Amino acid sequence: MKWVLVVMCILATTVGDVFRSLGMRHHGEIRDFRPGAIGAMLAAIARNWMVIVSTCAMAVSFFSFMKLVSIAPMTFAVPMSAATFIPETLLARFFLRENVDWRRWTGIGLIVIGVVFIAQ
Amino acid sequence: MPATEGVHAKTRLWAAISVISNVAGNSALTHGMHEPGAIGNTPFALIAALFHPWVALGVTLLIVWTFAHMALLSWADLSYVMPVTAIGYVVTAFAGKFFLGEIVSPARWAGIVLITAGVTLVGRTAPASPLEGDSR
Repeated sequence: MKWVLVVMCILATTVGDVFRSLGMRHHGEIRDFRPGAIGAMLAAIARNWMVIVSTCAMAVSFFSFMKLVSIAPMTFAVPMSAATFIPETLLARFFLRENVDWRRWTGIGLIVIGVVFIAQ
Repeated sequence: MPATEGVHAKTRLWAAISVISNVAGNSALTHGMHEPGAIGNTPFALIAALFHPWVALGVTLLIVWTFAHMALLSWADLSYVMPVTAIGYVVTAFAGKFFLGEIVSPARWAGIVLITAGVTLVGRTAPASPLEGDSR
């Protein structure tokens, strides 16, 4: 059960983050943070299919993680949540075509190792 | 203020909002979930748990996090936002130390140093990749 939740959580978070990035890139940079503009932005992104896929995936991720922390210790759940960094960085580089230079690869490597330590 | 500095400042502000709402939201949620009777094993029990006060506060803060995260991703790379907001793991460790009196073991200190170094390294890159045909 624990490992099923871990796999669900990693897959759903990865899909959620990648589609959120795609959807928001398609929407364009948010520059106006007044309440009316935020309302209009939310109405626009509610019709963006990439954001809808992302939101559904994030809901799966949220409920899986909620269930995971209720049955497993945080020392297990927290490092598992950081496992998404690896597939997400690979997808950011090869699918989203982002400029992932050595500083980003090294930084992400340090963070993943750090999360394993910090959860002890 | 030069344009790149403006983007860095705006990114730092929204990354801070994202990290604080995420850490506070997850803490409230975890606190609520560990209270007796807060969660059962059926899908209905999971939905009913959303009306528990601590869980509701956690969910509200996670909605703020969702908006801040979306705003960040509208101008910054996923491979920038994801590692930079990982400073939340360090904030959680310090919150545990100062608010809950948790002991930070040598392994945890090593984790804090490694994550902070990683976030600093990624934070020195430009938040957005210059992509052909990109509207950012």
